[in-house]
Amino acid sequence: MLTVRDLTKTIGTQEILRGVDLDVARGETLAIIGRSGGGKSVLLKHLVGLMEPDSGEIWVEDQNIIGLSERQLGAIRQKIGILFQGAALFDSMTVAENIAFPLREAGERDPKVLREKVREMLDVVELEGQEEKMPVSLSGGMKKRVGLARSIIRRPKCVLYDEPTSGLDPVVSDSINRLIRRLQERLGMTSIVVTHDMKSAFDVANHVAYLHEGRIYFYGTPNQLQQTSNPILQDFMLGRSDGGGD
Amino acid sequence: MITRLFNALGGIFVAFFQYLGEVVLLAADTFRSIFTHKLRWKLFLNQIVEIGLLSQLVVVVTGAFTGAVFAAQTFFQFNKIGMGSATGAVVSVSICRELGPVLTALMVAGRVGAAMSAEIGTMKVTEQIDALRALAVYPTDYLVVPRALAMMVSMPLLVAECIAVGIAAGYFIAIFLLDINGTYYMANMVRWTRNRDIIMGLSKAFCFGILIVFISCQKGLAAREGAVGVGRATTEAVVNSSLAVLICNFFLTMSLNIIYPAGYQ
Repeated sequence: MLTVRDLTKTIGTQEILRGVDLDVARGETLAIIGRSGGGKSVLLKHLVGLMEPDSGEIWVEDQNIIGLSERQLGAIRQKIGILFQGAALFDSMTVAENIAFPLREAGERDPKVLREKVREMLDVVELEGQEEKMPVSLSGGMKKRVGLARSIIRRPKCVLYDEPTSGLDPVVSDSINRLIRRLQERLGMTSIVVTHDMKSAFDVANHVAYLHEGRIYFYGTPNQLQQTSNPILQDFMLGRSDGGGD
Repeated sequence: MITRLFNALGGIFVAFFQYLGEVVLLAADTFRSIFTHKLRWKLFLNQIVEIGLLSQLVVVVTGAFTGAVFAAQTFFQFNKIGMGSATGAVVSVSICRELGPVLTALMVAGRVGAAMSAEIGTMKVTEQIDALRALAVYPTDYLVVPRALAMMVSMPLLVAECIAVGIAAGYFIAIFLLDINGTYYMANMVRWTRNRDIIMGLSKAFCFGILIVFISCQKGLAAREGAVGVGRATTEAVVNSSLAVLICNFFLTMSLNIIYPAGYQ
């Protein structure tokens, strides 16, 4: 579904990505983990063409998206949904308007159809009856759910999640993880979850990639990661700042 | 020392032209979009309300008090040489050609330009513009085109309103406060004010509208670094729009005067 080859990106004087290689198969859930500021979100934004790399290739199905114009990327972006770290809801619109936005932009004007689709999406993200609320009156977890509903209403083939559980309490985090799993099982969506929450990574992922110093340092199943004796990975998993990994 | 000075000056020069290029590219992208993509009518009408309807108070007050004070000052000078009744002509021509378009543009830059820049800037720093892009919506189509078209429609109407209110206010001050003969006042005003004076004012309004909308939208789209960045973008949008209006006004006056010459001919 998604292939990344030798992706590099420098912002200012800082080398963020130094040659990332990654393959994501159709229908799988990949968790990209790594330390804060390590370039996970930058990598995710490259996958949907929101940032342009210095070099490298990104293949979405059979098309290399590097070098495409903003308008040409529109067709690619219809295949990929993204949940932003802060949800990025349109603050001048209600929950229902936010969720219906992609359909409305795609030309759907029938209010009955829009209402029905919004209700269906709210049901999927377990937020029934919240249609008329404004984003400012939602909690962090609710915002992420609305953002998720908005990104999947057009049934994309792949969903990218940028820190879906950051800033949420463990119970809400668990419900978001369940939601990600359910989308994979019910709709067969390919998912890429960027996170530094190990529990979330183990809960949702078929494969885990550890981004370290701008490269994929580890790629394997959650089981392989748990059994690793690599000190850098162990430090990260156990949250040790003074371990032997550095 | 001298090398460093030249480097600094060169840096400012390059940054200025880069900025100018960004505004021109945004304008080109917007015009291309206007002619090749469908208009979002609801957003366009919302912007007409925002720019046109909600600017009524500032435009009416600006026009009224400018017309009134200009009539009084003109009368004080002209009356000394027995030309008090020419006040109407001076007020009318000046408001049509210069004061109406320039003052309206400055007020709109302050009210609407600031709002555009702040709104788009906030969307930029809260990733809402990235969200638009990720949802396959081109930000220029969604954010800039409706604002640009609404500005092109609203600015000439606002300037026409400012001119009408200014002339009316000048008339009332002249007749009821300064005791100028109303018949002479009107006769001189009608004789010396030509259609081309009004056309010149409205042409300027259209150009100023374009300047304000692209400078403000570009500043919003380029906003960075959270609330501070949005604040800076908003301030720069108002300052740059106002300066652009004042500087371009000179060149527009000189060039439009060739097409629409001033005076009774």
